[in-house]
Amino acid sequence: MTTVEDRKALIDEVLEAYPDKAKKLRAKHISVQEAEKTDCGVKSNKKSVPGVMTTRGCAYAGAKGVVWGPVKDMIHLSHGPVGCGYYSWSGRRNYYIGTTGVDSFGTMQFTSDFQERDIVFGGDKKLDKLIDELEILFPLSKGTTIESECPVGLIGDDIEAVARKKAKEYGKPVVPVRCEGFRGVSQSLGHHIANDTVRDWVLPKADEYRKLPEGYEPGPYDVNIIGDYNIGGDAWPSRLLLEAIGLRVICQFSGDGTFNEVVMTPLAKLNLIHCYRSMNYICRFMEEKYGIGWLEYNFFGPTQIAKSLRKIAAQFDETIQEKAEQVIAKYQPRMDAIVAKYRPRLEGKKVMLMVGGLRPRHVVPAFTDLGMEVIGTGYEFGHGDDYKRTTEYIDEGTVIYDDVSGYEFEELAKNLKPDLIASGIKEKYVFQKMALPFRQMHSWDYSGPYHGYDGFEVFARDMDMAINNPTWSLISPPWQISQD
Amino acid sequence: MTDNLDNTIPTPSCGGDDPGQIKDHFDLFHTDTYQNLFEYKRQFEGAHSPEKVAEIAEWTKSWDYREKNFAREALTVNPAKACQPLGALFVAAGFEDTLPYSHGSQGCVAYFRTHLTRNYKEPFQAVSSSMTEDAAVFGGLNNLKQGLENAHALYKPKMIALCTTCMAEVIGDDLGAFITTAKNEGHIPEELPVPYAHTPSFVGSHITGYDNMLKGILKTLTKDEKAETTNGKFNFNLGFDPYIGNIRELKRILGLFGIDYTILSDNSDAFDSPNTGEFKMYNGLTTLADTADSINAEGTVFFQKYTTPKTQEYIANEWGQKTYNFRPFGIKGTDEFLMALSAISGRPIPLELQQERGRAVDALTDSQAWIHGKKIALYGDPDHVLGLVQFLLEMGAEPTHIVVTNSNDEFEAEARELLANSPYGQGATVWGGKDLWHLRSLLFTEPVDLLIGNSYGKYLWRDTGTPLVRIGYPIFDRHHMHRYATLGYQGAINQFNWIVNTILDELDRQTIVPAKTDISFDLIR
Repeated sequence: MTTVEDRKALIDEVLEAYPDKAKKLRAKHISVQEAEKTDCGVKSNKKSVPGVMTTRGCAYAGAKGVVWGPVKDMIHLSHGPVGCGYYSWSGRRNYYIGTTGVDSFGTMQFTSDFQERDIVFGGDKKLDKLIDELEILFPLSKGTTIESECPVGLIGDDIEAVARKKAKEYGKPVVPVRCEGFRGVSQSLGHHIANDTVRDWVLPKADEYRKLPEGYEPGPYDVNIIGDYNIGGDAWPSRLLLEAIGLRVICQFSGDGTFNEVVMTPLAKLNLIHCYRSMNYICRFMEEKYGIGWLEYNFFGPTQIAKSLRKIAAQFDETIQEKAEQVIAKYQPRMDAIVAKYRPRLEGKKVMLMVGGLRPRHVVPAFTDLGMEVIGTGYEFGHGDDYKRTTEYIDEGTVIYDDVSGYEFEELAKNLKPDLIASGIKEKYVFQKMALPFRQMHSWDYSGPYHGYDGFEVFARDMDMAINNPTWSLISPPWQISQD
Repeated sequence: MTDNLDNTIPTPSCGGDDPGQIKDHFDLFHTDTYQNLFEYKRQFEGAHSPEKVAEIAEWTKSWDYREKNFAREALTVNPAKACQPLGALFVAAGFEDTLPYSHGSQGCVAYFRTHLTRNYKEPFQAVSSSMTEDAAVFGGLNNLKQGLENAHALYKPKMIALCTTCMAEVIGDDLGAFITTAKNEGHIPEELPVPYAHTPSFVGSHITGYDNMLKGILKTLTKDEKAETTNGKFNFNLGFDPYIGNIRELKRILGLFGIDYTILSDNSDAFDSPNTGEFKMYNGLTTLADTADSINAEGTVFFQKYTTPKTQEYIANEWGQKTYNFRPFGIKGTDEFLMALSAISGRPIPLELQQERGRAVDALTDSQAWIHGKKIALYGDPDHVLGLVQFLLEMGAEPTHIVVTNSNDEFEAEARELLANSPYGQGATVWGGKDLWHLRSLLFTEPVDLLIGNSYGKYLWRDTGTPLVRIGYPIFDRHHMHRYATLGYQGAINQFNWIVNTILDELDRQTIVPAKTDISFDLIR
């Protein structure tokens, strides 16, 4: 049997455990990459099967935790009961520079802490008053976003009316984000909803809100970084490279970003987007409305970094293209040294991925740079276009799993026997109990950055220390080994 | 406008070609390259001037700010409480082959799993009904039927412990009727126990959810199990106690007394399972048979009175069983508990525990001077805070600001009485319903020597400079704390050790500057 047939048989075997209805549904979401296919052959962005262990989050998580949350100088209110705000408090390591509680609010939790009476009588009055209190206690905030939790939508509160009223009162943006957790099938809809609030509530008033730096003149090399959340500082090495090739980054949206940067975005010549899934919507809108083009880039691993830098430079003139070549050339020896050091330790190691956003495809070449092979990958909340884009990065025979359940992931891993699993915190300890080396790919396991050349060094070191961690050899006690 | 660094090409972070020198976020961003980048970025940020930021930062430390902060009525900032289902899933994990199940939209369960996993660095398995808009309109019955069927087929639990989220509560899903329907239609076996609890986030907190689910489980499993005579055992319940070391310590103590017991929700292995190279889905240690028989025990002992009011009421009224409340923290709390164990077992306090007491008191006496009169701020769940306050008082420390976000009147009255009865409690204030942003003001206007609480306290430590001892839940940024005991004499030594040595660490920090503050940089303390 070929690898493809082999792996297809494995998938069938794994799905046997499901009741018929669920099996039929799940069968559409797991497949094997075949040479001629251009979309990985899986269905995506569908409801999760109830009762299975999905790793997906909700619309609130996508809006507050990803898109709006990292805008550092605004207050992002978790509107509703206490839980959602509590669990998403400081969870994503969106690094920022600022004085927390004074002009920056990224690692704080603001909630309206709904009680039963708020459910019964509605929370609009409380919200109104709460924004007054925010204004008194945090006068330097640049505005507020209201992330609504499940009950807010169900009881029919009119948070838009409150937002309009308070924005007028204080001359600051108040953005209602209808990201109740029951909307959509995953956090993905929350990204979309948050993008739409930028489109509807922010950009139309951008001219009014924007503060231009002294002496600012729009330049031919002005670009925005879109969809980098600065996890472990990722956006900074990315920005460093873009500036090094001669571009001027006028906005980071949203990691370490500010409200002013968000309203500066229409002034750029080009949107450079890292996480396509979460922010393609606003890029498309800006293209349509302002004629600003957009370009995806991949800053994982030296091969893709060089490719992306050239692709970005090609949008500009020769000065930039020349600079890009100089930057690539300058870093090359250092990258060669890193690869020379780590590749012998990692050559031929097999990896299974399952992450959100762009990583299930974008990190594949970084592993390849280190001589590793990705044998399975999948998205928590990808869409069809994500899977189409994935085919560029993966080989025939790669197992593809969309919204993989805990059960499926575990069974696939038991059979495919990867040397490393790269996924999230909920999966980490399951696999480590199976003595499988693991790295968290949402939070970089509290390490990072992983983007850019500086990030690749850290990435290479981290993969080495996961796989070649000597404690894996301690799991079987010597008396058991001798008995075997 | 600032120049764009003349577009100089940055040197790779480590400069040379030694690939052994890799800078990660701890060092990388402090290099000149990145510091310049941050400086350059500022021009686009539209930020307030550093002077303005400094001015407001100073103002947040003032009495004026404190008054405005305490005047708020609608806003909550950095609360020290989570929501009901977290506690419900936590308690469910302590039972044999039990699958915790959250009925509602799926994002919640992802958060609960993440939160518990981050604290324990252990897998935490729970499923959800994955309800979406259609369920919001038509109700969650179909999701629940399918969910139970799938969960049962895949994970083969002996029990599914079902709790709700806000969504299911707001739309009014009737869990009892839904479960019956699911069983009648054959989605799950008739005999599968499916205890349930209504646990909306807009009522109470994680400790309320713990209570509701514990009651639900006991009610379901003990149905028709009441016998003529008692089984001679005692039941023990620790409440929402994150220290699995406490369960193991309790079992050791009970073993020394020779008391036959059932721990109601023994999740010590669920949150600390051995690595054998195989993943085991269920690690709850309380068997369903023992739980069913718990109705026939001599009595049930609780360590968290304010976490378990409904369960206690249920046991007293429905089982006709005696319930006891002890707080075996510190010396006196442990003394009382051990004397009670002695009374119920008719056995003297084991020599081993007597010796441990002597050692613990000896340790306290040796170090007490460093803690005497120290003013301490603390926050956490009601029972957790009471245990700590009592222990602090018996060491001569002075609890000063006591913040309990999920407080109630009864707790506050008990806390005030405890404080009033000690010379060291006279300066204390109890702040029920307040949050960590209130506490921040208190730490500025009425500074203390030490702060005790969970990992979120590190922001208070940074802002106010108050040294922090991490005790509570969650602790994300220090490893393995949950493995220790905080109860019993051993637990007293552990907590005392963390507190005293934090004070000594702080003294070292304060006396470390050569030729300036290092006069008292003593070797021996």
